Amino acid sequence: MSYSLSHRARGGLLVGLVAFLGACVSGGAPTPAAAPKPDPRVGLRAGLFDAAEAAWNLRVVSKTPSPEPFAGQTNSDLAFAGKYAIQGNYAGYQVWDLSNPAQPVLAASLHCPASQSDVSVYGNLLFVSGEGLSGRLDCGTQGVRDTVSSIRLRGLRIFDITDIKNPKNVANVQTCRGSHTHTVLEDPKDKENVYVYISGSAGIRSPNELPGCVRETPDVNPNSALFRIEVIKIPLANPERAAIVSSPRIFNDLVAPPQHGEAPEDRANAERMMAAAKASGAFMIEIEGTTMVAPPQFTRPLLDSIVRARGGSGAATREDSAALRANINDIVGRMVGITPARRNGPRPGPTQCHDITVYPAIGLAGGACEGYGLLLDITDPVNPRRIGAVADSNFSYWHSATFNNDGTKILFTDEWGGGGGPKCRASDPTAWGANAIFTLANRTMTFQSYYKLPAPQTSLENCVAHNGKLIPIPGRDVMVQSWYQGGISVFDWTDAARPVEIAFHDRGPVDSTRMGNGGSWSVYWYNGLIVSSEIARGLDIFELTPSAYLTKNEIDAANTVRFAQLNPQGQPKIVWPASFALSRAYVDQLERSSGLPARRLADVRAKLSAAEGMSGAARSEALHALGRSLDAETGSSDAAKVKLLAGSVHALASAN
Amino acid sequence: MRRTAYRVAVVTLLVGSMACRASGVATGPRPLPAPGAPAAPARGVGSVDATVPTGVAASDTLTGFPDTPVVLTVGPSSAAAIADAVADSIRHPYTTADVEFMSGMIGHHAQAIAMARLAPDRAGSEAIRTLAARIINAQVDEIRTMQSWLADRRQPVPPANPNGMTHEMGGMTHTMLMPGMLTPEQVAALARSRGTDFDERFLRFMIQHHRGATAMVRQLFSAPGAGEDELVFKFASDVNVDQSTEIARMEQMLVAVVLQRGLP
Repeated sequence: MSYSLSHRARGGLLVGLVAFLGACVSGGAPTPAAAPKPDPRVGLRAGLFDAAEAAWNLRVVSKTPSPEPFAGQTNSDLAFAGKYAIQGNYAGYQVWDLSNPAQPVLAASLHCPASQSDVSVYGNLLFVSGEGLSGRLDCGTQGVRDTVSSIRLRGLRIFDITDIKNPKNVANVQTCRGSHTHTVLEDPKDKENVYVYISGSAGIRSPNELPGCVRETPDVNPNSALFRIEVIKIPLANPERAAIVSSPRIFNDLVAPPQHGEAPEDRANAERMMAAAKASGAFMIEIEGTTMVAPPQFTRPLLDSIVRARGGSGAATREDSAALRANINDIVGRMVGITPARRNGPRPGPTQCHDITVYPAIGLAGGACEGYGLLLDITDPVNPRRIGAVADSNFSYWHSATFNNDGTKILFTDEWGGGGGPKCRASDPTAWGANAIFTLANRTMTFQSYYKLPAPQTSLENCVAHNGKLIPIPGRDVMVQSWYQGGISVFDWTDAARPVEIAFHDRGPVDSTRMGNGGSWSVYWYNGLIVSSEIARGLDIFELTPSAYLTKNEIDAANTVRFAQLNPQGQPKIVWPASFALSRAYVDQLERSSGLPARRLADVRAKLSAAEGMSGAARSEALHALGRSLDAETGSSDAAKVKLLAGSVHALASAN
Repeated sequence: MRRTAYRVAVVTLLVGSMACRASGVATGPRPLPAPGAPAAPARGVGSVDATVPTGVAASDTLTGFPDTPVVLTVGPSSAAAIADAVADSIRHPYTTADVEFMSGMIGHHAQAIAMARLAPDRAGSEAIRTLAARIINAQVDEIRTMQSWLADRRQPVPPANPNGMTHEMGGMTHTMLMPGMLTPEQVAALARSRGTDFDERFLRFMIQHHRGATAMVRQLFSAPGAGEDELVFKFASDVNVDQSTEIARMEQMLVAVVLQRGLP
């Protein structure tokens, strides 16, 4: 979708913006103040560049509109390298220098149209996804009219950005379904190559355009381009040799997992009943990987017809039963329109993933794949293996995944309606188009709760769960997430069963008369900044401000974390360097949880301050002494946090 | 995307589209009026939420749905919206196939909505009612997207007629079913059903209906120059993945219903 930006709109950009700041709460209060009421996000005035805004516990640092030729074209995903944010756009990409976040400077750009132009970086390489039918190898803007063309690019463009102002297109890897998104995966054991997983959900190309692309399903042709992902290997010394090295069929034999609504007792009960039915000779049906008991009302007429067919009468014999057992799967398959070939082939279900978020430090990936959320073992990058799957009766389309830093939780998003629909209206169920939060233990995912943007949006605003990332608040699981025109929402999911919003920013609709396309496509924390790619409005930068939910120490501790690069679907292990802010953040959290008595907290704070005023061996000894006293602390209701605090104080002592 | 496995029971394919087309639909891309030109007359009202009719009478002898649009058409396009569409079309001109897809899918969606609106009074299970509610929510929004796309390009905006696309041909009015759409007999059979009987029919018919939609997407993308328009590409791709995902879910539901019902 596009917007014609008038000179007036662009010129008067920063003038006339109405910033509505929600009631800010004072920092450090033990009981968090509730979100502002009434919610200031309701009823915001519309406008492309002069919409009213609401912010809570966030400060707007800058808002930078996209320049030509990107203005009016869809801004998409974001990647980061050093001081740069690289922002994808359906017309190419923009490179922003964030050295002064109050005034990002366009350092470079490339006009090279393709949807969705999702971007990633690795070393001096930049990867850009192309999916649509009009992308061209020569970056031309004229599209591709022919149904079969040698000029069409659907797949991955690879640029050498050693000189970021002069990118060199070193390779293009064409794929059968194009690249809707992609995932960069570094193999800790392999320093010579980097891998890219391609997720492509659009139609399959003609084999005349890209040889080997098979449109038929696997039961008809085992080389089908469906039911698989693509893995591209890029030799770092010779990126021009990038090529697809495997097409893992990670969906094979996928069995419909239990829906979250079933309690563990229900599931155990069902399994018991199934075993009992099997033991008592009940007729079992196995169809598409799911085993079911055929009830008597289903089998009795079938047995009767078998008896009649052999000219007999009366009760069915053992042979009659055996005949039914041999054929019952085919009978049911015919009744529901599933052919024998399909029953014996791959299971139905996802033919592709939308996103695959890799967390190499724990060897796992979260695949958001059509009707399923998958857990993948990626210790062998070329051959990812599915090790778990979840489904959810409220989820429409599994879109993306985020692990918490410990790898003990995983959050999936549901991009119900594809991102173009207004799915956050008061009338839309809060469990639809939301996040689903699962705990992750022994590689098993267990549903805990949903989180959906808590502020209702209008029918003029496309809104649904979209991209986000962790904010490195130590000792907590905090994430910032895009909700398209619902704005951005920062929420805490430390308690997987009770996620809570702690900050937000929102604007009114881009258009007051109809639903336009706009809002935040992705928002990621990067080295102290919260950077959002606004589809229609450009690049937004925010900072967290202290509140009852988040103290200055917690924010300062987060800001000690520094990434050299960051990609949308790559999750780095967050490690906090020792700092006074880190220890004080844990103290603040112990105050919030009443994990230590107020007097003890005051004592710890005083000792930290005293140590900060010292230097050398004296500081080190003072900190070790404090650490030892915390090691010996007993009776805290939050012993885990006390242990984190003690560890951070010892680390600080050793760092001196 | 099970391309060869479709067993669409009764499908009136969109054949001979050059000879038999919706009255007034352009035979090819045509230049749009200059930005700022007066917008096309409004075909409906701007506020649609409050005025969505129930669409289907709870009649047991229903043959075909009442000829009432299930969603009213969108309001007039603003000058800005038309200007945006002009800019878009200069970049990627849309084709007849794009227009036919966006027009034909309106009636297709309208029928899915009308089918789903039968569920609250007839379904035997909560799962079917939930599925129906989600189909209504999704496809009502999508009809607005299609109507806006057409209106912005000054193309005729067909009403959301659940009985198919209405055409004028040789002085006669014809209603054409898009792929996968239910015949009046199938509609009547569905409307007569209750309980588990309804659930089974609903799933069978909706699978048929969704497969028709994915067939329409394939047909679109196999037409030269089609799908270059950014919105058409995204919309058609989304319809394809959403409905394919829903087909897989409905097939599983259908197995359970068939077993539970038993044989007559």
